[in-house]
Amino acid sequence: MVRFENVGLRYGMGPEVLKDVSFGIEPNSFQFLTGPSGAGKTTLMRLLFLQLKPTRGLITLFGRDVSSLDPDEVAVLRRRIGIVFQDFRLLDHLTTYENVSLPLRVLGKEEASYRGEVTELLSWVGLGDRMHVLPPVLSGGEKQRAAIARALIGRPEFLLADEPTGNVDPTLARRLLRLFIELNKSGTSVLLATHDIALMDQYDARRLVIADGRLYVYD
Amino acid sequence: MSTTDATSQPKKPPAEAGEAPRAKARALASIVPSSTIAGRALVAVVAIMTFLAGLTIGTAVAVRATASQWRSDVTQEVTIQIRAGEKQATDAQVQAAADIARKTPGISDVHILTPEETSRLLEPWLGSGLDLGDLPVPRVIVVRLDGAGPADLARLKRTLTDRIPTATLDDHRGWSRRLVAVTDGVMLVAVVLLVLVGLATVLSVVFATRAAVATNRSVVEVLHFVGARDGFIAAQFQRHFLKIGAEGGLIGGLSAAAVFGALAALPRLGLGGDPELPTVLGWLNPGYLGFFGIAVSVAIVALATALTSRVTVYRTLRTIT
Repeated sequence: MVRFENVGLRYGMGPEVLKDVSFGIEPNSFQFLTGPSGAGKTTLMRLLFLQLKPTRGLITLFGRDVSSLDPDEVAVLRRRIGIVFQDFRLLDHLTTYENVSLPLRVLGKEEASYRGEVTELLSWVGLGDRMHVLPPVLSGGEKQRAAIARALIGRPEFLLADEPTGNVDPTLARRLLRLFIELNKSGTSVLLATHDIALMDQYDARRLVIADGRLYVYD
Repeated sequence: MSTTDATSQPKKPPAEAGEAPRAKARALASIVPSSTIAGRALVAVVAIMTFLAGLTIGTAVAVRATASQWRSDVTQEVTIQIRAGEKQATDAQVQAAADIARKTPGISDVHILTPEETSRLLEPWLGSGLDLGDLPVPRVIVVRLDGAGPADLARLKRTLTDRIPTATLDDHRGWSRRLVAVTDGVMLVAVVLLVLVGLATVLSVVFATRAAVATNRSVVEVLHFVGARDGFIAAQFQRHFLKIGAEGGLIGGLSAAAVFGALAALPRLGLGGDPELPTVLGWLNPGYLGFFGIAVSVAIVALATALTSRVTVYRTLRTIT
């Protein structure tokens, strides 16, 4: 599904942030991405999400070499990936329902065709009674769940979550982890970036550890 | 998807009083909020530009139509002038010239101006109650062409000058050429003005669109993350700018049409008090063609505003990417 071969990345003329990164992500797999702050986790996530292109090496995503994609092809590939940001990236002028349904609206679907699906998903993440409020009214945990719901509504094959438990209490963090595990069991590959060791200890999964720009894989 | 996790969710506090009914009642909100686009200012700019374009189009069409009418009138008519001399000799020359004109093919009517008619022609310059007998005023013969075919004016001129040395023929060609030159000049100025107005409108829209995209940078990023193509994102902005263009265009176009309508109504309302007013303002009647041109300019402005914003968003997105 995802393959990195000797990938290196530098910003401008600066030093390499990522060096000779090689790994693969298989369908229906679950992995944590961890490492100290500033080690390159977010950069790796940005590469996975096609927001950056490597300065060297090869990245293939769903069998496509990402260096040869035009903007429209990038958009189409992104529809197969769900992403959850640490800072949620919800649009404040749209309600929770509208935020979550955004990926379907982007596909040009009529609202009537997805209303039930969005409502069901919002109930599943515990936001059934908060779907018509604007994000500034939501708590941090609710925003996080709304962001997760938005990432899931398009039924992605690959879910990227960048510190999804960084802004929530341990109880909610455990519940969110269960949500990701359940999602993985339903067939979605999950890459969960976190520096929360306690969270990783709760689930036996592959760990990708990034340190000083190099990636170490612990199966 | 499973709903097993829903049971583990804590009870949520009820929605804030009043917010839920309000939100439920609304249709899907615009992805790009209209409040983030400098709409009022741009509507004013587009309205002003459309107003100027409408005035230019209306005036150009009016001038062209009036000039065309004048040319049509004068080219259907030529005049023969007989230089003033001894009265009896002059009368004989006038009759001879009129006879020559009548025998020329392509002439429908020959009319010798009486002294009273000549006096009326000169009245604006020399005043009333004038005795033309004291002045060496040339006699004028008005010759109307039948318009069925080209009259042989060259032969008429040759015959006249051969037989009556004091006769001259004026076919108004010089005046007509000058009129054509003036009309062409007005049209050229109109085209230049329209190009400048169009350019200013496009630049205004470009700057407004760039500002709108910059303001909505976070929205654009989220749309990219959820898999939106650039075309979809551009369409979100284009929708707003089409509305702005249509609104501004309508205001400007209707204002321009109102100006021409008011000018046409002014003489009928008896305003101004100048007896020449209807004649002067008659020039500024753009007619149906002019009003149609103004309507077309409104449509073009609206579409150009939308298209410009779309292209600008595309280019800006490429830069961001």
